[in-house]
Amino acid sequence: MAIELKMPALSPTMEEGTLAKWLKQEGDAIEPGDIIAEIETDKATMEFEAIDEGTLAKIMVEEGTENVAVGTVIAMIAGEDEDESDVSSPAATETAADVPGEGKDVGRSDEDGSITPEKPKSQPKADPEIPHGTNMASIPVREALRDAMAEEMRRDERVFVMGEEVAQYQGAYKVTQGLLDEFGPKRVIDTPITEYGFAGIGTGAAMGGLRPIVEFMTFNFAMQAIDHIINSAAKTNYMSGGQMRCPVVFRGPNGAASRVGAQHSQNYGPWYASVPGLIVIAPYDSSDAKGLLKAAIRSEDPVVFLENELLYGKSFELPELDDHVLPIGKARIMREGSDVTIVSYSIGVGFALEAAETLAGEGIEAEVIDLRTLRPLDKQAVLDSLAKTNRLIIAEEGWPTCSIASEVQAICMEEGFDHLDAPVLRVCNEDVPLPYAANLEKLALIDASRIVEAVKKVCYKD
Amino acid sequence: MAKKPRTKKAPAKGKASSKSQPVATPEDFVLHSLQEEHEKSPKFDASPEQLLHFYEQMLLIRRFEEKAGQLYGLGLIGGFCHLYIGQEAVAVGLQSALTEQLDSVITGYRDHGHMLAYGIDPKVIMAELTGRQAGISKGKGGSMHMFSTEHKFFGGHGIVGAQVALGGGLALAHQYNEDGGLCLAYFGDGAANQGQVYETFNMAALWNLPIVFVIENNGYAMGTAVTRSSAETEFHRRGTAFRIPGMDVNGMDVLEVRNAAEIAFKHVRDGKGPVLMELNTYRYRGHSMSDPAKYRTREEVQEKRDHHDPIDGLKKVLLESGKTEEEIKAIDKNIRKIVSEAADFAENSPEPEASELYTDVLVEEY
Repeated sequence: MAIELKMPALSPTMEEGTLAKWLKQEGDAIEPGDIIAEIETDKATMEFEAIDEGTLAKIMVEEGTENVAVGTVIAMIAGEDEDESDVSSPAATETAADVPGEGKDVGRSDEDGSITPEKPKSQPKADPEIPHGTNMASIPVREALRDAMAEEMRRDERVFVMGEEVAQYQGAYKVTQGLLDEFGPKRVIDTPITEYGFAGIGTGAAMGGLRPIVEFMTFNFAMQAIDHIINSAAKTNYMSGGQMRCPVVFRGPNGAASRVGAQHSQNYGPWYASVPGLIVIAPYDSSDAKGLLKAAIRSEDPVVFLENELLYGKSFELPELDDHVLPIGKARIMREGSDVTIVSYSIGVGFALEAAETLAGEGIEAEVIDLRTLRPLDKQAVLDSLAKTNRLIIAEEGWPTCSIASEVQAICMEEGFDHLDAPVLRVCNEDVPLPYAANLEKLALIDASRIVEAVKKVCYKD
Repeated sequence: MAKKPRTKKAPAKGKASSKSQPVATPEDFVLHSLQEEHEKSPKFDASPEQLLHFYEQMLLIRRFEEKAGQLYGLGLIGGFCHLYIGQEAVAVGLQSALTEQLDSVITGYRDHGHMLAYGIDPKVIMAELTGRQAGISKGKGGSMHMFSTEHKFFGGHGIVGAQVALGGGLALAHQYNEDGGLCLAYFGDGAANQGQVYETFNMAALWNLPIVFVIENNGYAMGTAVTRSSAETEFHRRGTAFRIPGMDVNGMDVLEVRNAAEIAFKHVRDGKGPVLMELNTYRYRGHSMSDPAKYRTREEVQEKRDHHDPIDGLKKVLLESGKTEEEIKAIDKNIRKIVSEAADFAENSPEPEASELYTDVLVEEY
């Protein structure tokens, strides 16, 4: 059978070119790798290499021809056992417009599916009921996190922890205290200070079937590893058409600590929450820290679990249950109110609750919503509360630009506009690198009084 | 210029280095016991069946890649497309020595050859290249992002060097599960300069991970020759600082590659920790399809094709072993048929359903 040689494209965007020169003539024998012709565009000249073996039977486009469309048959090659005189011209010249693929028509009719299909919607699950009479213990966040890991490690052999100082040192912030003693060095692994490398190893181990918990001493250092979190962990399931699993948890303290300066004080919530393929969780209290970390470890998806150093030592009520697991993707109403909604997460929730107390004293009942999960974000909880209060502000310990606060504002504009009685306001950190000096640091960070001020503004009260 | 493929170590390689560098002698590099073993008898003693199998696999990769190049030229394949032509002996020689269903393989974006060498159906690979539903990644990955968990082939990664750390993780999983498997992690001479490669070397050696690091040195990182990018162009020495033994292998001869693989894999399986293999090879085609080819001469490429081609080399061995030209032609014909069917399949399969846009972002529902 004769082989058609078609006008090649030099690049994905090339549509036509000049057939500058034939280096082989009709009747010449062709070996794979031989240069047959030179093709020119305004940008480059390319040599056209033979792939098949045979004889150049017929030249269909003379040299010097300009504007030859990609895909046009330019020559015919006769196979080994053919007589080149048998080779006839192709019936019609195929042009680029007929070539399927790459955004071009492949014959699927418009009815086969709309261009932008409806995204499937799912309703987040509600928190499980805490049985009546369950004992509540006061536990610091640090211990709640540790217990979550220990329980999951007892439950599933594949779960292990790796990171800097997680084993012998017992954790830079003591979150992994006691794990080495119970689980040994195979499952509690001290790493060198090489975030990029060990984040990649953790991600690869998850691809290989394990369930790693990768601790970053702080998320500031995870900047060194962000390529693996995003490019390797978040995207691979999609790029593999659902074949590859990456059930890894990246966890550690996030956001401003105290007097550690700009490089050690950043909230990465908005960064990770912008990435499809990741789950991003940022709990406030001990119950959520434990219940959501356990859920994160069990999840088949990669999770970024953002803790807060200033909350590690704070104690909160935690139900004493055998298996306290909370749903990912579900916000929590921390305090009910009818006048205004304060949306927050992580350490901001504490400020929001404090502000709500102050406001109650002044006759304003604020509803406080803890997002808990930043991706997928529980839009419905925000919109339901807005429908009830008609006023909303977001309190976020982080920069204002491209923040979770901006995202919530966008949601309110797009889907809650009719419920709004006032503009949605953001209460965020100042838009500067966090300063070291005590007074400047205080000025840069959010606090309850700024939330109170913003609430009064949206309630049109001085 | 790329290094010439070597079968014998030069007596004192360091002499070639510039004046500013201290002259290194082989004695400075004590971690070459595996190399010595390899050099004792560098050619793998293949059975007639194995020889044929190697030939078929290399030819399949060659013809497949040629066809991919053709389809790219026709606009059927888009974006980046990195062909493996010239490097076939590396993937075939190494992967033929692996234990199927046990060992894992990971590589960068020049991944078609590694998948074919693993026996993955050419149809679903080609259909991925053309972005079709029937593609191995449902058309959502493309040339650089293909995976087969069934074959323990873990990609197909587009970020230069990322696969090295990920491979370290796969090796950690083998060790953790005590399954006796190893990870084969491929990367190029370009990726060999990435920082995370050395972070991984360090941890792999520290934790004694069952991993074989394979540097496919094809002489050029895109258009930058190794001598213009790398202070140490003897890549097999790059593990020395981590006490990882190195091997310096002629990647243009499948029998030498296989021989070296046997030695390296045994070392790793014996629990002696990672090995670094440098496979000296050459790519005939551009870095990707849009390559200006201004950084090397046509003569250089032609010299490799004429005198070092891995497929021609093995063909000679086959003829010497008593195979006839006709038998070899028949193989060739069969391979062309397989590739042609793969191309037809890839051209005629439908594009993904629009609803696929939202699938596989997350595994679970929340």
